[in-house]
Parts: sequence; C-alpha cells; structure tokens
Amino acid sequence: MAELIKLPAVAADSAGGALAQWLKQEGDTVRAGDGLAEIETDKAIVEINAEQGGVLARIVVPAGPAQLAVNTVLGVIRFAGESDADVARALAEAGTAVAPQAPTAAQTPAPAATAAAPGVVAPATTPAGAAPASSAEPAESAGSAEPGRQLASPLARRIARELGVDLAGVSGSGPRGRVLKRDVEHAAARGAAAPAAARNAANPAATRLPHSNMRRTIARRLTESKQAVPHFYLTVDCRMDALLDLREQVCRQGPRKVSVNDFIVKAAALALVEVPEVNVSWEPDALLRHASADICVAVAAEGGLTTPVLRNAERKSLVELAGEIAELAGRAREQRLRPEEYSGGSMTISNLGMYGVREFAAIINPPQAAILAVGAAERRAVVDDDGAVTAARMMTVTLSADHRAVDGAVAARWLAAFRQLVEAPLRILL
Amino acid sequence: MSTHDYDVVVVGGGPGGYVGAIRAAQLGLRTALVEREALGGICLNWGCIPTKALLHSAAVLRTCRDAAAAGVSVAGAVEANLAVMVQRSRGIAGQLGRGVAHLLKKHGVAVIEGEARFGAGAALQLADGTALRARNVVLATGARARVLPELPPGERIWTYREALVPRAVPASLVVVGAGAIGMEFACFYRALGSAVTVVEAAAQILPQEDAEIAAVARKAFEAQGIRIHTGCRVAAARVGPDDVTVTLAGAGAPAPLSVERVISAAGIVGNVEGLGLEHTAVAVRHGHIVTDALGRTAQPGVHAIGDVAGPPWLAHKASHEAVLCMEAIAGLPVHGLDPRRIPACTYTFPQVASIGLTEASAEAWAREHGRALRIGRFPFAANGRALAAGEGSGLAKTIFDAASGELLGSHVVHAEASELIGAHAVAMGLEATEADLMASVAAHPTLGEALHEAVLAAQGVALHV
Repeated sequence: MAELIKLPAVAADSAGGALAQWLKQEGDTVRAGDGLAEIETDKAIVEINAEQGGVLARIVVPAGPAQLAVNTVLGVIRFAGESDADVARALAEAGTAVAPQAPTAAQTPAPAATAAAPGVVAPATTPAGAAPASSAEPAESAGSAEPGRQLASPLARRIARELGVDLAGVSGSGPRGRVLKRDVEHAAARGAAAPAAARNAANPAATRLPHSNMRRTIARRLTESKQAVPHFYLTVDCRMDALLDLREQVCRQGPRKVSVNDFIVKAAALALVEVPEVNVSWEPDALLRHASADICVAVAAEGGLTTPVLRNAERKSLVELAGEIAELAGRAREQRLRPEEYSGGSMTISNLGMYGVREFAAIINPPQAAILAVGAAERRAVVDDDGAVTAARMMTVTLSADHRAVDGAVAARWLAAFRQLVEAPLRILL
Repeated sequence: MSTHDYDVVVVGGGPGGYVGAIRAAQLGLRTALVEREALGGICLNWGCIPTKALLHSAAVLRTCRDAAAAGVSVAGAVEANLAVMVQRSRGIAGQLGRGVAHLLKKHGVAVIEGEARFGAGAALQLADGTALRARNVVLATGARARVLPELPPGERIWTYREALVPRAVPASLVVVGAGAIGMEFACFYRALGSAVTVVEAAAQILPQEDAEIAAVARKAFEAQGIRIHTGCRVAAARVGPDDVTVTLAGAGAPAPLSVERVISAAGIVGNVEGLGLEHTAVAVRHGHIVTDALGRTAQPGVHAIGDVAGPPWLAHKASHEAVLCMEAIAGLPVHGLDPRRIPACTYTFPQVASIGLTEASAEAWAREHGRALRIGRFPFAANGRALAAGEGSGLAKTIFDAASGELLGSHVVHAEASELIGAHAVAMGLEATEADLMASVAAHPTLGEALHEAVLAAQGVALHV
C-alpha cells in the first residue's frame, strides 16, 4: 500500500520543524535512500530520505515556514503498480494511528537497483564552447548526468514529437530509465507538456530544430555556471582616445593590422600578471593559481560559439597575438579547432562592441574565475578633471567574477590595472 | 525476529507459481510453494507440453505421408502407434516436472505437498490445520476446463485430460470449442485418422485471432478433412452404449451427429473454490479473482496471478505476471503487463501465432481515437524458404498506427508461426516503430523474411509481392 511520508522526530527533544523545501516533485520517481524533502528545525536542516523506491504521488504539505508537529503527513509515496486510489486510501487512513506496514523490501537485496538507475550517455567529446564567452572545457563534472541525451524508445520519441512533449522533462520507467510510450502519454496527460503543446498548436508553422551537440554543451555548461557559480559584476568606463590613436599608428606602420580587441586581450593578460589573484580556478578542495595568462576569446560560430585560447598571452607581442587570434578565430568559425585549442584558459574576453552594444554582463566559463564583457568604443560626453564637458571615445567593460575564488576588492584591483593599461596603452606594445 | 515463517507463500506450482517462487527466492524473500498434485501444473502435466509432444508425433506422421512428394520413399505402411505416442508425451511431462522440482530446490524454495486455504482472519493454513504464517500469499491455482451442462464429462465425453491419454483413436469425434485447445486436438486426432467435426459458438474458429488469419487457417483445416460448424452451440448430447449423439443449435446447424467421442474444450474457469476466500476480502468475478495490474487483490498481502486471475489463459502470461508480482512485493519499481504485448500461439497444422490487436479491434481503436492504420500482408507462397520446406501456404500480416509507426498487431498463420512471432514481440517490447523494423535485416532464405515483407507491405513498399 502507498506509504505516507511523515515528519520524523528529528531529535529526541524535537518539537517538529518547518518544511524547508521538497527535493522531489509530484510524479518524480524516487529510489530508496533518495532525499525527499528538507526539514528545518531550530538547530539544523535535515533531509528526509525515501525508505523504498516508488513515485512521489502527492505532496500534502508544501514548503513553507509553518511549524509542523512530528508525524505530520507531508506526502505519499506510491509504489509500482499502485493507483491514485491506493494513495487516496493511504491518506484516508492517515488519521487512524495504524503503524505503517512493515516493508518487506527492507531485508531484500536490490539487484535491480543498478538497472533502475537512469542510464545516461555522455558524448565522447564536447566539441564546442558556451555562450557569452566561455570555452568548452570538458574536463570537469565526470559524475554529473548529461541531460542532453535522454534514453527513449523510438516509439516514445515519435509520440513525444506528435504530442509536443519535451522528452527532457519526462522520467523514464523502462529499463535503465528508458522513456517508454506510457511515460510520454502520462506526461502529456499530466500537462507537463502543456506549454510545448500549446506553443505548437498556436503556431503550427513553427519548425523544430533538433539540438546540435554544441548547442547542448552550451546549454548545459552555462546553466551549470549560472546556477553553481556565485557571480558578481564590476563595471568601469575606459577612455580609449590614446589606444585608438596608437592602434592607427600600429596599423599604418606595423607589419599587420591589429584590432582594438587584440589590445584588450594583451591588456587583460598583463593585468592578470599584475593581479595574479584573479588568475585562478575554484576547485572543491583548493584554489588553483595559474602560472600563465591564457586568454580565451569568444568567437561566434554557426549554431553557437566557441572560445579558442591564447596561451601565454602575457609573453606574446601584440602583433603575434593579432596573428594568432585571426588564425584561431577563422578556424573556430568553421568549427575546426582541436580540443586543446579551446580547452583550459585563465579568463575569457567576450566583445560585442562591433554590434554597438554599450555594455553587458557575461556568464563565467568554469573553471575560470572571471570573464570580461567588452562594449563598443564610442564618443561620449565626459566631464574632464577640470569640470569641462568634452567629447571622448569611451568603452565600458564589465567583469563577471566567481566570488568563491575572487573577492570584490581583488576584482576591482584587476579592473583598475586593466583600465590603466588601456588608457595608457604604450605598455601593451612593450 | 519475525512472526512470519515466510515472506511469500505461493499456492499452486504451475508455470505461474513455480516461476514466481523462483523469482521471489532470487529476490531474497523466504519462499514456500504449496502444490496439491504435480509440480509444473496443468501446463507441464496436462496442457502445453504433453499436447505439443502428441502434436509432434502427428507432425512426423504427416511428414512421412508427404515423404514421396519430397522424393523420399517410405517402405511399408505409415502407421501411428498411439500407445508409444502417449507414453512419449507422458515421459516428457514427467521429465519437465522433475526439472521444476530441481529448480525449486536449487533456489531454496520450500515445497509443501498439500492444499492450502484461508481460515478465520485470513490466515493461511494447510488442510491438516498447520498454519503458514506468510507476509504475502500469491494464489496461482490456475484453472480447469469449463463444464457445459449439456456435456457432463465421462467415458464418451472427454476433457483435455482424457483426450491426452487415449487408449484408442476414436473413429469419429466432435470437438466442442474451436479455441486453441479444441483446434489442437482436432488436428491431432484428424492426423491419426479420426473423422473430426468442430463446433464453435462464435462466428469464426480461433475466436481470439484475426478473422482473416482464422479464415486462412480454417481453409487449411478443412482441406485436411476437418468439418467445422461455426455459429453453432451444443443443444444436447445423448450418451448411448456405443456412441454420443450431439444435437446442435444455430443457423446452419447440421443434423444430429452420432460420434464415438466428444472433446469438450469450451473455455476454462479459475480454481477459486476451496481456498477459503470467504475469509478474506478477495473478490471473485466470473470465476476469476479480481486483481490490479500487479496481482494485488482486495485483501492486503494476498495476490493472484495467472489463469486464476483471468484471461488470457496463457502459461507465459502467468509466468510473467508472477515475476512482476514478486518484484512488486520486493519493492522494485515495476509496471503491470501490457495485455497487448502478450503473444499467443496455437500449434495446429498450420500454426497460428499473434501479438497485439486484430484488424477488427485495431479498426475499432482507430475509429475511437481518430487514428489511421497501415496494414500489410505477405503470403508465404512468395517466401523462398517456405516453398523449399514444402510449407508454402500461410500469411503474415502486420498492423501499424500510421502516424506513430507503432506496431499494433502482428499475425502469422504458417507451419512455423509460433517461432516467428517472437521477433515482433521483441519489437513491441522495445517499442520499435515501422522505421526500425524496416531498417532491420532478415536473413535469406528464412521464414522471417515474410514478416519483414509484411512490414514493408504495410508501408506500401513490399519487394516480393
């Protein structure tokens, strides 16, 4: 019979607690030992775990600050094959103080437990990088599931398409978590797919473009970053007159043309040398301080973007860098970079100035600790030191930093160093 | 620690009960099995297996008779030795029964000989009053032949039991019921020389099967000399000293038939009596225990699987239900068996095998749900392997949902149909679409090519018709 989830006596003297949050949603499959909900007492937050596998059929008490007494029924677990009627019966009996049926599974080895684990297949290589400037560093998160590839039967896929159900949101009941026809139909009936179905119905001319691997990687990595990395943002305006004049001279007299972005890459590398506290990566047990300033440059490519890396940028001349950037960016646009050419890196530069963007904030590309979002160099009215309003060419940059690895003052020092280099650009050439 | 002797007690040792007991033991449950007669149940002892043994003998007989066409001369007369056929059939049943006993022992299942029933308070006990304290009881008591009031079993009116151990081949025979059991006996006795008449109340023989397939089978049976009356029922049977006179009712019913024996094969009823179910909340409807998809009855801790829990009355359905039931008891995440994905085989000459919806039921489903069907057919007359084997008649038929490509039904009538349907059972289980089936390769020359062609035919791209 369906099992009631009750508020446990968290501690001997416990008077109950509040339901901080549900870790599973109604309809989610739970396995024995899975965390179901978090209970907040005055002392701690404690997780309630499922004693047996099943489906979280009903949430009776939603998360909230209300204090709940021990043994309050919080929800109901429905076991395989049980129906809503079983759930209703269990709830109906909740008032009577009947001890829950002894679970026979307690003494049962669970040979099928591994088979029931969702089998997810990660692509062997992650070919491309992530959105506003982040590289496709495939090294980390070996254990994390790849949500892009959902195991599903051919029929389930076909029916999902027909019903407008997004398979990514469907939990599979088949072997190894395979999504079967019945799962898709349940999902459609539950209305989990209502938005997608409604969208398709409202706009029958819409076309569905299956995700490329690059798209999936971008989606996964940026979501992870924005969810897991505590971003903060610092913005400064840089006066660009000197740099733009210098660039003109270099272009006229130097061996090759250089772009404003080439200056920015070199300036960022030099600033990392000056403030090495930003040239770091957050790892679970240590802070990794990089030895060289390896700058990634976000390059838009067909269907996504990628971020080739310029190794030892602090040691290369501006002209050298310019050549290397042009060559890498060219191949990046054709998606012909080798993995080592877009892996790793200290920091990323994302420049949308050429589109007239004044300023923006970018998402950090883990495991890097910072990304610099560069706006357009444009004429603006500025107030001089003597109080007069003059026209100057200005550029606004925003640094996104990982607060776990970099504090605000440190990031501010780096940004100041960067601005000094850009505003007095001769050092960039040296 | 426990007041229970067992986690699971299985009542009945047929293909549902013994398979369930093994699965329960595999899952670490302390398991006992109570059997009153013979391990293996009807299936092994009085059903699936001994009939197949007899039908094999009949097939050998038929092959010998057809030997000349294959260029083989058989010296002397080809004759059936009924006693040896029956002895062989019993021997195979016995061999399998001993195998079941060995398997149960190997898995540590306690086998208890006797009958179990519920007493007061829904407590399970043996006939001698010994209590079987079980956390879960799984009723797998099976079913038995339905007895029509017009056909009381006796010397001249047989059930499958008597029909399996004949002392002589009846010169004439009426088989009542043209389901799988009735048609298999009809074919067996016809091969041995009986004059066989089959009476069926429904409008077609093999009433569970696709009408077109059943019609092909009927033609083949009639070509063997089996007389068939559909839409007829037995009005009366008068047993005389040397014969039975069977009076039929219904449109087109023939004059009363005077025959040596009658085989009554008019369905089966669940073995629900004597279980003490009145002491439980278990509900019985139409002679079968009412359960949910995983065998749970209205009485907590009491489950029922297999024939006693209702149709289809198939051994493999019972086995599969038993496994799911035990896994559910053990708390594993399982789903009930989809009745549409249970194959069914009839071992007649030719065989009939099917899975899923018939054309008629698929059409009804399609009308109800606003779906379109795609139906493909392929005759074995166009299959090289079938012709080479001298079995060039028969039909393969597939039914698809046009939009989703779901294989809704697959039907085969052919000498080897029972071994062919498995491919489509796997396809259904994996939820393959028509595209997956079209993309899979059938070896040449095999009978399986006919199924592949039937898939292609449903999409309008058959290559060999």
